[in-house]
Amino acid sequence: MAPFLAEMLVPFSYDYMLKAMWVSALVGGVCAFLSAYLMLKGWSLMGDALAHSIVPGVAAAYIVGAPFAVGAFFAGILAAAGMQFVKLNSRLREDAVIGLVFTTLFALGLLMASIWPTSVSIQTIVLGNILAISDEDVVQVAIIAAVSLAILAVLWKDLMVTFFDENHARSIGLNTRALKVVFFTLLSACTVAALQTVGACLVIAMVVTPGATAYLLTDRFGRLILISVSLGMVTSFAGAYISFFLDGATGGVIVTLQTLLFIAAFYFAPRHGVIASRRRRLAVVEAEA
Amino acid sequence: MSFLTEWITGPLAYPFMQRALVVSVMVAAVCAVLSCYLVLKGWSLMGDAISHAVLPGIVLAYVLNLPLAIGAFAAGLSCALLTGYLKENSRVKEDTVMGIVFSGMFGLGLVMFTKVDTDQHLMHILFGNVLGVTARDLIETAVVAGGTLLVVLLKRRDLLLYCFDPNHARSIGLPVRVLHYGLLVLLSLTIVASLKAVGIILVIAMLIAPGATAYLLTDSFERMLVIATATATVSAALGTIISFHIDGATGACIVLTQASFFILAFLFAPKRGIFVRPRYAADVPLPDTDA
Amino acid sequence: MNASAPVTRIAPGRGPTPGASISVRNLTVSYANGLTAVRDASFELDPGTICALVGVNGSGKSTIFKAIMGFVQPAAGEVRLCGLTVNEALKKNIVAYVPQSEDVDWNFPVLVETVVMMGRYGHMNFLRMPSRADRYKVDQALERVGMSAFRHRQIGELSGGQKKRVFLARSLAQEGRIILLDEPFTGIDVKTEAAIISLLRELRAAGHLMLVSTHNLGSVPEFCDQVVLINRTVLASGPTAQVFTQTNLERAFGGVLRNFQLGGSALHQDADTRRVTVLTDDERPVVFYDDRPDVLNDTKPE
Repeated sequence: MAPFLAEMLVPFSYDYMLKAMWVSALVGGVCAFLSAYLMLKGWSLMGDALAHSIVPGVAAAYIVGAPFAVGAFFAGILAAAGMQFVKLNSRLREDAVIGLVFTTLFALGLLMASIWPTSVSIQTIVLGNILAISDEDVVQVAIIAAVSLAILAVLWKDLMVTFFDENHARSIGLNTRALKVVFFTLLSACTVAALQTVGACLVIAMVVTPGATAYLLTDRFGRLILISVSLGMVTSFAGAYISFFLDGATGGVIVTLQTLLFIAAFYFAPRHGVIASRRRRLAVVEAEA
Repeated sequence: MSFLTEWITGPLAYPFMQRALVVSVMVAAVCAVLSCYLVLKGWSLMGDAISHAVLPGIVLAYVLNLPLAIGAFAAGLSCALLTGYLKENSRVKEDTVMGIVFSGMFGLGLVMFTKVDTDQHLMHILFGNVLGVTARDLIETAVVAGGTLLVVLLKRRDLLLYCFDPNHARSIGLPVRVLHYGLLVLLSLTIVASLKAVGIILVIAMLIAPGATAYLLTDSFERMLVIATATATVSAALGTIISFHIDGATGACIVLTQASFFILAFLFAPKRGIFVRPRYAADVPLPDTDA
Repeated sequence: MNASAPVTRIAPGRGPTPGASISVRNLTVSYANGLTAVRDASFELDPGTICALVGVNGSGKSTIFKAIMGFVQPAAGEVRLCGLTVNEALKKNIVAYVPQSEDVDWNFPVLVETVVMMGRYGHMNFLRMPSRADRYKVDQALERVGMSAFRHRQIGELSGGQKKRVFLARSLAQEGRIILLDEPFTGIDVKTEAAIISLLRELRAAGHLMLVSTHNLGSVPEFCDQVVLINRTVLASGPTAQVFTQTNLERAFGGVLRNFQLGGSALHQDADTRRVTVLTDDERPVVFYDDRPDVLNDTKPE
């Protein structure tokens, strides 16, 4: 038993593992906060699109040696503006416009990485590499996550009203446009942070799955956020921890854990789970019989 | 002029470039035809989802020593079916469910991949390896892509009616469920066919851009199919050749060439290009942008 | 009268004060796609009024609401609320809005009391921490619409009428002096409709101004003292008796309305020789006896 326990504690004896675990937990928490709003508004794929769209920006930043967050930020703005422009000026459906813009930008990033393979590792961008994250990147990610968490903690009710009933939000004097801008800025920033942790292809899970799981467990928005953030932090921390024993694929482990929890909630949630509603239906049938 | 000929024929002196050109044109054609339906049906992101979800299937097929295409196909289809099942049985919105399922499958695929010793490159699965296509790959791709293309073209009117108005399709006695799942199967097959050439991430672009481009250029569906296929195949050939000259990723070059066609159509389309259309005029039929 | 009304210095949260007014002058709204939704619309509304905003779908009802809520910038003209510009009025919590049922995401994870509490947010500090007074006002608002027993339900679990009452309670808790109601009578039963109307009458007596967009023509003469008829512009506005006439309605609705005329003596055997006209757009019909709306119409035919 003791050797087993000792082995379980090994990850905690490495600095890089400790760093990876707490950075993942922080990023997982703030992404989960945002997921509460995203999945309710049906904007889930927005997170995916953003994560892919910022790849050329990140690649460019690495090529010229700028902070990756700056490059990601500009690419994110470019993507948002491009989507808006094409949507307003063509008859294409929104999903087609989103898909078109993000795949094009992603291809651009890939092309850049293939032309300058030494400065950009496309593998890192696409799959993340939190176990080998540099100290400057840790600072950037931690600042982004902490600031976002602080802003969300102050604004969560305003955002809730805005996304629930925008007309009412305006009528009580909220600046809904500014709030939406704040929200999407936070989303882009956290997408950048998540990119470092789980990679471009799995960011969507970080900004969708914990919220959706919490949504199956409660009808109160405040609790939903609490549950979601806890799930996000725990799964990210545990994912980083477990990936030590798998030699990598941190993003994959985190997202697999989150998905497993979602499936558990889907079946076993006390009110909205499949089993509970089946039992309710049966009770109704029996009562009628 | 001779420079241009040289520019095009030069790369084709290499057999691997010839194979690359043939395979990317085939893949582009079948993706283009599918993209017309996806764009109209609002399923653009279904391609995104299915293609990501293919990954665990590939790894599993490798472990079980099955053809990779079969594993990929099964995984892609089960992503679509799972999405439908979770959507029907919970109050979570469809796009959210889709995101959860495909990211979960992709994540699982990554974990499996790190635990399995394969001779496959992860980067080749993700982004394709069109320059390394073997003659065998070529034949496989041709069979899957050709079969898919044939079925779509034969049933193109039924599929169109299903995309346009499923209720009407049902009312005239078309097997709507068969069409629904048939389209998903065709989509999964297309993605499997594209694996070798562009990989599971860039195929998403090829399943959107040609249809979107054609949709801006014409109002007739038959013409839309023709235009989409034409721009997609020309882009594929052009992109492959460009990638040779600039020494860049081939898949990315193809996608960016297709995107350039879209931008051209977006700016200069005869009826709807933004340089052509009189803006702010009330009498032009416009998309219903309910501001 | 609005420009001169001395209403600029009213602290928010003090409850209804006389002086609620809406003044729409030469309002033109165009959308980015070039469509002019409303052209040169003008009307004035005074405190203690229930006004119906009547028009076909696409006539600009929702555009007028959006302009009053500051969602769209007028291309020309202006909207003043209690003498203030729209943005000033919104900051002072003057306008409350009761949304159309289709516009609400009923699966949103909020409880009834949370929705009503949202009405108080404009009165709270920036962390939106409810005070005792806020909680009290929420309790009162719920009590007033008879929804106290349902306060811990998720909003999707309510019936159509209950849902409507929750949002009405929110506007009560907000204490806005101008209340906009978007199609309040679609999908609810006769009893709830009567309850809502009597609540609106109470609010009118307290000096509130209510603008009700509706195509439920039958109930308009019953509780609205003013009517604004629109079709891309204001066709007519003023007291119901003068504006809500058959000629005006036919102008507003074009060929959309069903119009039955029943000749006086052919229908009746009694002394009442008035000609009966029934106008309907498939909601509750409005019945004219000769040229007057039947104001005593109290029952909803089903």
